[in-house]
Amino acid sequence: MPVTDVQQDLDALTLTITADFAAPPARIWQVYADPRQLEKVWGPPTYPATVVDHDLSPGGRVTYYMTSPEGEKYAGYWRVTAVDEPTGFTFEDGFADQDFNPVPDMPVSTNVFTFTEHGGGTRATYVSTYGSAEGLQKVLDMGVVEGATSAINQIDDLVAS
Amino acid sequence: MTDQDEDRADALFSALADRTRRDIMRRVLAGEHSVSALAAHYEMSFAAVQKHVAVLEKAGLLTKRRDGREQLASGDVAAVRSVASMLTELEQVWRGRVARIDELIASDPTGRTEPCP
Repeated sequence: MPVTDVQQDLDALTLTITADFAAPPARIWQVYADPRQLEKVWGPPTYPATVVDHDLSPGGRVTYYMTSPEGEKYAGYWRVTAVDEPTGFTFEDGFADQDFNPVPDMPVSTNVFTFTEHGGGTRATYVSTYGSAEGLQKVLDMGVVEGATSAINQIDDLVAS
Repeated sequence: MTDQDEDRADALFSALADRTRRDIMRRVLAGEHSVSALAAHYEMSFAAVQKHVAVLEKAGLLTKRRDGREQLASGDVAAVRSVASMLTELEQVWRGRVARIDELIASDPTGRTEPCP
């Protein structure tokens, strides 16, 4: 299991995930630096991501959309704020319209990704902060179907067992 | 628990005890769907699907609005969700991403400088 620690800060609405990978930081960096690899890991298999613009430099933008099983597209963007190859980067993640313009009323999360050498592999730390509970709720309702359906899937598993 | 809470729990569980209704919930959590678009997915009458949607609405699991001749349904699990469970849902998303990175680097042995422990 690569996830080694999870911290939830209920007051700051921050989720911190720590994971260990069996590859050096440069390899993990490459996952984010290569749009074809990034789209393999960003969206769940049922909502695959397609990366359109990809500029992983300070002030740069990464745009993407996820496609639902019914073919609906949900677009998002990253606004990259700091980059320190290969040890990490910082960005804001928000919702976009079909032309990849940020949707002003939608929540934006702040993300800090850090990759450090650890026992011959990489310790990755992912810190995501949401501005408000309403924002977090919207993110779950709109963007990250993987999480929103998990409760329903658990009931399915329960019924099947 | 008060009687009112118990009634609410009964409504939630009985609404979710049906396979079609769980499937409808999965779709409307992903985004707003018209009831007629939902009905196209099932081998049952429009009226039967409409009844399932009504049960979910009564249990507070989805909300409906009218747009012209269409009824649009979207998932609303806010009522049964605390901030803690929201962060836990988000955690599942991150666990999925981390697992996929793990798979990606495992399928690519040339990128590895150290043997996998």
